[in-house]
Amino acid sequence: MTRGEIKNVILEIIADIDEDADMADLNPDEPLRDQLDLDSMDFLDIVMELRKRYKLQIPEADYPELATLTSCINYLEPKLKAL
Amino acid sequence: MVYQSIEKAKDSYDVIVVGSGLGGLTVSNRLARAGHRVLLLEHHHRLGGLATWFKRKNHIFDVSLHGFPYGMVKTCRKYWNEAIKNSIVQLKHIVFDNPQFSLTTTFDRQDFTRILQEKFGISGTVIDDFFVTVRKMNFYDDLAMSTRELFEEFFPGRTDVHRLLMEPITYANGSTLDDPAITYGIVFSNFMDKGVFTFQGGTDHLIGMMRDELEANGVTICTNSKVERIVIEKGRVKGVMVDDRVISAPCVISNSGITNTVDSLAGREAFPEDFLDAFDKVKINNSSCQVYMGIKPGESFPDVGDLLFTSTAPNFDSLEMRDMKTKSRTFSIYYPQTRPANPDYTVVASMNGNYDDWAALSDEEYQAAKQEMIERSLVDLERYIPDIRSKIDWLEAATPKTFSRYTLHTKGASFGTKFPGLDISRKIFKVVPGLFHVGSVGIIMSGWLGAINYGVIVANDADAFLRS
Repeated sequence: MTRGEIKNVILEIIADIDEDADMADLNPDEPLRDQLDLDSMDFLDIVMELRKRYKLQIPEADYPELATLTSCINYLEPKLKAL
Repeated sequence: MVYQSIEKAKDSYDVIVVGSGLGGLTVSNRLARAGHRVLLLEHHHRLGGLATWFKRKNHIFDVSLHGFPYGMVKTCRKYWNEAIKNSIVQLKHIVFDNPQFSLTTTFDRQDFTRILQEKFGISGTVIDDFFVTVRKMNFYDDLAMSTRELFEEFFPGRTDVHRLLMEPITYANGSTLDDPAITYGIVFSNFMDKGVFTFQGGTDHLIGMMRDELEANGVTICTNSKVERIVIEKGRVKGVMVDDRVISAPCVISNSGITNTVDSLAGREAFPEDFLDAFDKVKINNSSCQVYMGIKPGESFPDVGDLLFTSTAPNFDSLEMRDMKTKSRTFSIYYPQTRPANPDYTVVASMNGNYDDWAALSDEEYQAAKQEMIERSLVDLERYIPDIRSKIDWLEAATPKTFSRYTLHTKGASFGTKFPGLDISRKIFKVVPGLFHVGSVGIIMSGWLGAINYGVIVANDADAFLRS
């Protein structure tokens, strides 16, 4: 997957979790949590969905890597490269 | 499909869930939606665990539907469905009445700020600081500070303020001023977000909708199916023994109490010594007593509030609240709009209680003590609805022994464990691969919202295990 494809996947998963999320003005380097009213349960949903789709195991210690859109892409890029 | 007997169950599943409390129901639903084959086993004839109800005459009594935080809206939308989410309505009329103060509130931050300023004379800055402090608390924060110390820091010597802030939470989850401040801060902030909410249609309607959703997602549900033990071989989960038959699964999630899970279902021999040392230090929360009152068909009474926190005890005292003869009780009042399809008036008085106090009584003493509790509850309710006695056509009491009989929880615990139980519950699968626990633990994972959210957290752990 390219960085652009990974970005689209993340945004798609967030849209499924929060149908009211306004992605248009999203700053990729600001925490998602502050911009989209996501809570820790929502991040758990992202982790579970990524595991379901790509058999990707994200250990709890790595959850902080999912803080911003850019950090998500950086973290996932090597893991999803082969797909 | 649904409510089938255990004979119809297949010989193997991906996951077996033992118990259908809100945590067990939610973990089943999440894992089924994630594509796993799930068997849900319940010892009772109906689903819901302590989220339950019973019928007497034309009345339906809700046992634990007293009010939950607004967070339930998002949780139900994400982890259940729109119909369940859309049944959530606000309870706007919360009453406090005790020797220190009497007031009515919507039980949210804005209204509490007003009350603390106008009635208690606390400065706006202190109130804001307090709300910001509790809002920021996380479960992984320092545990050193107790709720008592938190209150003394912000409202020194103000036992009236402490009572306002603490009494509802003690009823909600059995916690006391000596429990970690973070457990208080997390639960209190959840309520203060937007107030107190309930399910229109009652517990029976909710559990029915959940059952339909589970069925649609392919969960096999067997009631009247008491699991005798969880089968563990060579340190790994193999399945469950139920009705003299082994049903196999690599993953078993116990929604039984954590103490029942370790001591009885899995058996202590399955765990290493250091785990048991920590487990044995976990204290369970207290149990409950209730008095159920049904109003004759055609009778009514005016709106006296949805939830009344009443006491004639001079001060807040969690020990007094658990005493058999406590002067402190909440009245949950159910008006006809609770069940528009089956309009009725019912009242449930709830008290905290100690199992040992009630278990120590002879049969005769036990029956007498129940009658005395009913009488005390009626006398208290007469202060708000003076002619209530003449309108009642059903009166019944439940004690910690009743809670123990229906939930099978050790000592009838109705709020799970104190805080350290959360860590034990979360790490159980690291000690016995394939074994998970979901259910009220750690105070913060208690109550309807806590139980459902914890179901989601454990589903994520179990899903990771199943896909590894």
